[in-house]
Amino acid sequence: MLSIKNLSVSINDEKILENFNLEIKKGETHIIMGPNGSGKSTLCYAIMGHPKYKITSGKIEFNGQNILEMPTDERARAGLFLAFQYPKEVPGITFGNFLRQSSNVKLKESGEKVLSPMEYFKIAKELIEKVDLDKSMIGRGVNEGFSGGEKKRAEIVQMAALKPKLSLIDEIDSGLDIDSLKKVAQSIEEIKSETGMSTILITHYQRLLNYMNFDFIHIMKNGKIVKTGGKELVEDLEKNGYQNF
Amino acid sequence: MTNKKQKISNQELADQIDDYKFGFKTNHQAKFDTGVGLNEEVIRKISAHKNEPEWMLNNRLKALRIFNEKPLPNWGGNLKEIEFEKIHYYMQPADKQNKDWEEVPKEIKNTFDKLGIPQAERKYLAGVGAQFESEMVYHNLQETLAKKGVLFEGTDAALQKYPEFFKEYFGKVIPARDNKFAALNTAVWSGGSFIYVPKGVYIELPLQAYFRINAEFMGQFERTLIIADEGSSVHYVEGCTAPTYSSQSLHSAVVEVICKKGAKVQYTTIQNWSNNVYNLVTKRARCDENATMFWLDCNLGSRLTMKYPSVYLMGRGSKAEILSVAFAGKGQHQDAGAKVIHAAPDTSSTITAKSLSKDGGRSTYRGLQQVLPGATGVKSRVVCDALLLDDHSRSDTYPTMDVQENDASMAHEATVTKISEDQLFYLQSRGFSEAEAGALIVNGFIDPIVKILPMEYALEMNKLIEMEMSRSVG
Repeated sequence: MLSIKNLSVSINDEKILENFNLEIKKGETHIIMGPNGSGKSTLCYAIMGHPKYKITSGKIEFNGQNILEMPTDERARAGLFLAFQYPKEVPGITFGNFLRQSSNVKLKESGEKVLSPMEYFKIAKELIEKVDLDKSMIGRGVNEGFSGGEKKRAEIVQMAALKPKLSLIDEIDSGLDIDSLKKVAQSIEEIKSETGMSTILITHYQRLLNYMNFDFIHIMKNGKIVKTGGKELVEDLEKNGYQNF
Repeated sequence: MTNKKQKISNQELADQIDDYKFGFKTNHQAKFDTGVGLNEEVIRKISAHKNEPEWMLNNRLKALRIFNEKPLPNWGGNLKEIEFEKIHYYMQPADKQNKDWEEVPKEIKNTFDKLGIPQAERKYLAGVGAQFESEMVYHNLQETLAKKGVLFEGTDAALQKYPEFFKEYFGKVIPARDNKFAALNTAVWSGGSFIYVPKGVYIELPLQAYFRINAEFMGQFERTLIIADEGSSVHYVEGCTAPTYSSQSLHSAVVEVICKKGAKVQYTTIQNWSNNVYNLVTKRARCDENATMFWLDCNLGSRLTMKYPSVYLMGRGSKAEILSVAFAGKGQHQDAGAKVIHAAPDTSSTITAKSLSKDGGRSTYRGLQQVLPGATGVKSRVVCDALLLDDHSRSDTYPTMDVQENDASMAHEATVTKISEDQLFYLQSRGFSEAEAGALIVNGFIDPIVKILPMEYALEMNKLIEMEMSRSVG
């Protein structure tokens, strides 16, 4: 589904990823862990096409399509989604309206009928209540004055609304208390089982993994995957940290 | 403003309009024209043609002398390129002003049909006026309002019918000497609306006038006079467009509003001039005791706009609210703002100004909050937000505060925000194109103002913003 080959990425002429390789099949969940500055977030931004991240070599194919030529919005419409570590505010646009409009972009793309505010209200309410947020969220500006936890849950709500084929989830656990963490992990699992989406999940902490199903863990260091394994890697990390890699 | 337009999808809209939508020209032969340039002879011709009382002619001639004496303002925008000698100062499009839409000359009617004017009247307006070049070609008011004594006329017709109002109020809120362009308007004024709302009459639906410049090198100088008698209420809306020419046009209106004791007036402008129009307008209201004036001023288009709706709070407890939106695109300068003069105790004012600059456009907020001696217990607040859509656009703020009483509560807040790459990326990662993402951010920015517009105008405003955003994106 997603195939990354020999990818090198720079920001401001500084090389962050070098000859990075990763293959992800439909429905798989890959966890990426690694110390700060190892290039985890860069990988997400590069896949999604942030203009600051320059691809200096290599390729990324998504469902057989070379996505490096596509602008970010086309990648999104092709089924990629990024849950941000630091979601941006859009003052004056309500979260409900934002959800509806982004869903409508997708519906329009597939030639389906777009939804009116009345039609969408019920959908939005359900999605929001599913992550234990209050429905009043519908009327608040996108990420405007949201607490850290609300922002992260709002990202999950958007993921549920857009039903991506592959989600990149960037440190969704940072700044969440244990109850929120469980809720978020559970919501991601629900979306996965409902839609069969593939997932790349980036995290610093092992504890999120206690609540998630996954197929592989990759340890990243200095812009490369240095180790790939399964659950057993978690215990190793728990004991020894990243120093052995 | 037609309902038909609302059904068009965003995509269709984007496909249809990659340029100014109202830029079409109408082939039309003027009935009467004073030629180009301005002198005493032109003024005498205009006045005689209108069969005006002598005092108005003298008023005009005096104003011409003031116009000639006063230098161009050396602040604001670049006025030096205005070719005053090439402008047509008066052009009469039709023989008379009509109350029946069917009697309006066909090509003029077609123009307004394209702009959706008569349909709008039937749906949600209490009265409509339409001005083409220098004259009102159509003016009509709901019968029920006419029976209550409401007067809504073209200003020229009103001068003939109700001279007493003109002797008492004309040029009193904005004298010719106020500024060079007020003098110009007083010298060559033609058209505009006259509104009188009798004591205690409350007009629910808005009255609207629509101003259209059609000819090249045209000068439009409408004069609007609104008198809201004690305890009355009225909402007046004006819309303006012009064809796109490479040559310049000049729009220099004067609007005087008198809000008597306890009266409420809202004046809404949704202006979308083509990029060749110099828009230099003086708008001012005076408020007596407990009266409220509300200017809602949306400035899109034009080459240069210089406009600062003002309120003189003359009576105790009177209020002013001014909301201004300016959108400066490529090659445009919006020098807009507001002025409030607190001349009585317990008066309050709120100014909210929002500006957007894109593709090298420049927007300026210029404002005045003044508290005169004796005006105790004043509250005044200015909030000024600028949004820059790219690196080469510009925004400036020139607030002036002059407070001569100690107990005044004055506030001024200003913010400048730039759309960031990260914000656009966030929206694009949700599937919105770059243009859609920009439009979302812009719509969010002006939302507090669009929210208070009547529904039909809010839709119109959103469409205009969308058009501006889809113009030369990327």
